[in-house]
Amino acid sequence: MDNETTNYAIKLDIFEGPLDLLLYLIKKNEIDIYNIPVALITEQYLQYLKIIKSLNLDLAGEYLVMASTLIHIKSRMLLPVPEEPSEEGAEEDPRAELIKQLLEYQSFKEAAADLGKRPLLERDVFTRSAPITDEVDKSAENDDELMEVSIFELIEAFHRLVSRIDKKDLLEIDMEKMSITDIINDVMERLTREKNLTFEELLGERIDRRRIIYTFLAILELIKLKMVKAYQTSAFGVIRIFPAVES
Amino acid sequence: MENIKAIIEALILAAEAPLALDKICVVLDEAEKTEVKNALDRLITEYDERQSGICLQEVAGGFQFRTRSELSCWVKKLKGTKPASLSPAALETLAIVAYRQPIVKMEIESIRGVDVSAPLRGLLDKKLIRIVGRKDVPGKPIIYGTTKKFLEVFNLKDLSELPNLRELKELNEQQETIQEFYE
Repeated sequence: MDNETTNYAIKLDIFEGPLDLLLYLIKKNEIDIYNIPVALITEQYLQYLKIIKSLNLDLAGEYLVMASTLIHIKSRMLLPVPEEPSEEGAEEDPRAELIKQLLEYQSFKEAAADLGKRPLLERDVFTRSAPITDEVDKSAENDDELMEVSIFELIEAFHRLVSRIDKKDLLEIDMEKMSITDIINDVMERLTREKNLTFEELLGERIDRRRIIYTFLAILELIKLKMVKAYQTSAFGVIRIFPAVES
Repeated sequence: MENIKAIIEALILAAEAPLALDKICVVLDEAEKTEVKNALDRLITEYDERQSGICLQEVAGGFQFRTRSELSCWVKKLKGTKPASLSPAALETLAIVAYRQPIVKMEIESIRGVDVSAPLRGLLDKKLIRIVGRKDVPGKPIIYGTTKKFLEVFNLKDLSELPNLRELKELNEQQETIQEFYE
């Protein structure tokens, strides 16, 4: 018995309850559901409860109720069957009630799986009336309502980026010539091409302190000139820069 | 009315929700129900035959144009929506409500063997089930049933279109044999 009960794969999160666990054990042992070897199943069931406990997982009371039911059935199975059946008819199989419960649960489990396989609305099939965001290509992350951002949020985004870059790089003195005008032109060019971009996207790969500051200043300048607009979807959300005039 | 098929097509397209046969008949005031039904059937076959990207479907007691499920990946790309998925617990609970309604929470729990408060709440939020009333027993427990939205979401004409529960029939037969065995 021991070698049968020791090597369980732990997949506890897949059990939807004690009945589910029992069904799993029955399937795993290739047992006929109508003729459950109660001793074996009870042992394995209790083994599982131990695992759940040892993992400090929340053990729902229902699992314990089922454990006691199993033990009760096991003990009843040990009692000798009376030789003369009582007048009320046949002695009922002590497992009958549990079998009935298991079968009922199993049928609904299957029905649930079947439901899940149907062509679901908004997953497999779609109707006409749903509104679509205008920016098709960006819509995945852009389907919330946009709200205008304040200067503080822009500064915060700026701060986030600055704190992200490696401190070591800050000591390097870079003599590369860069002017705000260049960056402004660069930003405007990319915005007309891409329609809208986040601050991070505008910086691209070249994240260094100077570049961040210049880009930030360029955006502020552009906002002042009313050439771009900055929006974000929610507080602390990603800030998107849009060209102010549709090109 | 010779262009009845075209009219019906227009009505269904313009309707926000699945359009019921009765409603179509009301709009086409002089039309016979059988005539409308025939036109609908012809429309459905036409859409099927020309392998259109949309199909006319009978759902939730009405008719509605829907995209074909094989094309879902494209439509999803366009809309960029993530499908709201149901957990196994929610799906099981929903199945039990769908097949056994009207049903109270305790009955669902006796089938699933676990507490179903959380999945029930989720299903109510998603408007897939609704409170039908209260049972006239001590404690007046809430009775649940499925909604029209459930039919729409799961692409069902009506509740009778739910497939039969396989095991239940088998179960009853088997119970008889168990009893025979013990007799």
